[in-house]
Amino acid sequence: MSKTVLTVDDSRTMRDMLKVALTTAGYTVIQAEDGQHGLDVLAGSQPDVIITDINMPRLDGFGFIEGVRGDSRMRAVPILVLSTESDVEKKQRARAAGATGWIVKPFDPVKLVDAVRRVAA
Amino acid sequence: MDALAEIKQTFFQECEEQLVELETGLLAIEAGDHDSEVVNAVFRAVHSVKGGAGAFNLTDLVHFAHTFENAMDLVRVGRLAPAPPLVRVMLRAADILADLVRAARADAPHDAARAAAVAAELTACCAEAAPKGAKATAVGSVAAAAPEPAADDAFEFVPLAVDLSDFGDLAPMPGLNRFRITFRPRPELYAKGNDTVILMRELALLGDALVTCDTGGLPGLADIDPEGAYFGWTVMLETERDEAAVREIFDFVEWDSTLEVEPVAAPAPAEPDEEEFVFEPIPLDELPDLGPPDLDPPAPAPGEAEPSQAVVVPLRAAEPAAVPAAADAATEHRPAAQASPTIRVDLDRVDRLIDLVGELVINQAMLAERVNEAGLARMSQVAVGLDELEQLTREIQDSVMAIRAQPVKSVFQRMPRLAREVAMQVGKSVRLVTEGENTEVDKTVIERLSDPLTHMIRNAIDHGLERPEVRLAAGKPEEGQVRLSALHRSGRIVIEISDDGAGINRERVRAIAVEKGLIPPDTKLTDEETDNLIFLPGFSTAATISDISGRGVGMDVVKRSIQALGGRISIASVPGKGSTFTMSLPLTLAVLDGMVVTVAGHTLVIPLTAIVEILLPKATEVHGFGGNARVIGVRNGFIPLVDVGEVMGFRGSLEDARAGVALLVEIEGGARSALLVDAIQGQRQVVIKSLESNYGHVPGIAAATILGDGRVALILDVDTVAAAGSRVGSPDLTLALAG
Amino acid sequence: MNEAHKTDGAASRELISFLIGTQEFCVDIMSVREIRGWTPATPLPHSPGYVRGVINLRGAVLSIVDLAARLGFPPTEPSARAVIIVAQVGHQVVGLLVDAVTGILTVTSDTVQPTPDVASDMARSFVTGVLAVDGRMISLITLDHVLPAAERQAA
Repeated sequence: MSKTVLTVDDSRTMRDMLKVALTTAGYTVIQAEDGQHGLDVLAGSQPDVIITDINMPRLDGFGFIEGVRGDSRMRAVPILVLSTESDVEKKQRARAAGATGWIVKPFDPVKLVDAVRRVAA
Repeated sequence: MDALAEIKQTFFQECEEQLVELETGLLAIEAGDHDSEVVNAVFRAVHSVKGGAGAFNLTDLVHFAHTFENAMDLVRVGRLAPAPPLVRVMLRAADILADLVRAARADAPHDAARAAAVAAELTACCAEAAPKGAKATAVGSVAAAAPEPAADDAFEFVPLAVDLSDFGDLAPMPGLNRFRITFRPRPELYAKGNDTVILMRELALLGDALVTCDTGGLPGLADIDPEGAYFGWTVMLETERDEAAVREIFDFVEWDSTLEVEPVAAPAPAEPDEEEFVFEPIPLDELPDLGPPDLDPPAPAPGEAEPSQAVVVPLRAAEPAAVPAAADAATEHRPAAQASPTIRVDLDRVDRLIDLVGELVINQAMLAERVNEAGLARMSQVAVGLDELEQLTREIQDSVMAIRAQPVKSVFQRMPRLAREVAMQVGKSVRLVTEGENTEVDKTVIERLSDPLTHMIRNAIDHGLERPEVRLAAGKPEEGQVRLSALHRSGRIVIEISDDGAGINRERVRAIAVEKGLIPPDTKLTDEETDNLIFLPGFSTAATISDISGRGVGMDVVKRSIQALGGRISIASVPGKGSTFTMSLPLTLAVLDGMVVTVAGHTLVIPLTAIVEILLPKATEVHGFGGNARVIGVRNGFIPLVDVGEVMGFRGSLEDARAGVALLVEIEGGARSALLVDAIQGQRQVVIKSLESNYGHVPGIAAATILGDGRVALILDVDTVAAAGSRVGSPDLTLALAG
Repeated sequence: MNEAHKTDGAASRELISFLIGTQEFCVDIMSVREIRGWTPATPLPHSPGYVRGVINLRGAVLSIVDLAARLGFPPTEPSARAVIIVAQVGHQVVGLLVDAVTGILTVTSDTVQPTPDVASDMARSFVTGVLAVDGRMISLITLDHVLPAAERQAA
């Protein structure tokens, strides 16, 4: 059984890129379009890893991570944050909110899969 | 690679959407809406474009977006006030961004100098930003809602000083390197979903690892905090990789642990302290496979991470919560349904479907006629079944048409930029207000609306609006307003373009028309008729042909293109208050509700939307009117009576109008005319077929259709026929039609 | 002109021959889509006399040109043998009303002879050459100008 990754990103481009890279590597991918949608999706699923963007409408990445960590079912699910190289502050805020690690955008598929593997139990 | 090319297309599509968001947001900000959601949406739009552009190495786009994003970020955190001059620069930056996206999409060059100039303007604006921590004034709401800068955060970020070359020196490649790794996690590590076991597994992938666990920190059972972290780990690693590779594994956990990585000279077995309780060192390759360690080929379904054996159990116990096994079915199905509410379909497929449904409609009609001919009773099972089939066919047709329907947004959204550019060129100040941009209409209609709309917006700004000083003198606001709106009305889409300018200068319009020989000098015209002169071919109102409305394209071309879409256009103008152009267009170019009529043995279809009333002419109502023209008295007025059979050249004039039926039609500009036909067959929805694709334009005919008997019937072009027939004293109807 | 150039080649080509009145004509088989029986056409107003009107060809509207009238002969009185040759002309598809199809010819370019001077102007603008086959004289015609010029422009 392959592992499931939930990707949360408001950009269709990013969602598609993540999906292609992850499915190629053998993961099952489920998607959400923003933080709120991500929490909705989580209500009905239990991914092995979550990848989330930060800047999103409705509920941003920080809020989403806090939401996930606040759910006893999800407290231990690794969460990777998509961030740009320069977003040092954001990386730190994401960590404070409970992010497990990060993926630097633009990512290359190998690094992405590497990062997922590094946190996937 | 194909997948990537496809994603790239998605990216460009998404960019278009983001550009709309961007412009909409900026216009809202310009209008004084400084709500943090609006500002954030604008920021996100730029950010998204940049993110995607980075993925596809679109460097120019990334750089420009980056500059733009920086400026937007300063606004977002309240260090820069979105004052009108800044917003104007940003609107121009949005235009540049759009140009860059389009250039990238077409793989074409762009105006780098212009981009650089606007980027410089943005940077200059950024230089005026309030210092970090301070807020720019005048944007209280933004400042309050904006995220706090990181400086205020409890966690101070310490940049990671990892100089890779240094490590390279310490551990030259190739050859085996040995490291002693001491790692002691803090509870936060687990709280963030990291896992020591996985880290150890990753280390083992680098080479031979010998792991020992230091349980010295473990308190008495009673004092154990289930979410605490009590163990320390020492790993002796023999690897071909360098120290940077080792440290990379701990990248995510560096803040939540203490880590030491020391190169070791000689292979020395770990010498654990005597006092430490030592787990039996377990070679890590004997650990259960906890994940896809080798992802090429695609991960073989790894065993479910069963909490396992000696080393792992204590760790798991210390974890906040064990991960329950995934509920597979739910995981895979439910979210998918939530996450993908739309699909993208090749337009050709939709069109093929529409064609087929068109055929179905015709076939169904043919079948109905056959049944009718066979003399089956209306209540017979076949007839009843056929009724149901007809109902179903109509529903299928409506649903299929709805697939092609799109909001007019895609064409409306191009207009604000156009308005800005035109206003700048002619030195006027204008606000473009759009309404009803979610009104849906067939995609083909939308595509063909772009040119006429572009032209009319240009006209409205160039000719409609007065110069700023004139406006001020007239007691109007300096900034002119152009409204662009769309709405559905009785099965058609109505698009209006109105300006609050000077209105049509009727004296001048008339003078021009006379001067150009379009009307005889002594013609008596109503205001409405005068206004409609601007639609005549060869009419141009501009005293000097500016490069905006120039190029020889006049309102006659606009009118023709609207008519080609089965639409009508009219103008209403009030001196000093402005002009409104109203276009009414069919929602689809594929079907039409028609009145099927007989004219001299020919079957013709007249669009139902044109018909106002059906009249049975009585002798007293029809009057000769010079030459062979006739009018019909309708209530208190007289309306030209147009003999369709004669205009079409099917026969001579129908001597006795009482033998026929007159259809009162409304033509463009609101004028009315009565079309005389021999008989009415009935109403029917018909599928529109082009005559042009395999033949050409036929004067007086808008298109063709196929009736229930399989024969082609022609659809009348009501405006042209009415105009030709009512042209008083015109001896050559063919010429009148062709003109 | 194009047709004339093509006949310069030595390669063989296939032609469909048909009758208009008592005279035989042929067109290149490559331009023929299908041949179908005559069905009454819906007349088009204000169209030249040789345009019989339009018919429904599986959902598409097909214009019908009476080839006899187009070539300057008396108009065809459609009989049971009359057929419509559906031909591709440029981007358009046109139906040609002829009296009957007589067969398929395989010819090489050297069998095509120049149009004799006796032909009428109308015929000369369509006929690009003549063939002698089994004692019959068959005129090879080009379809480039069968539709009225204005209509072709408008399309």
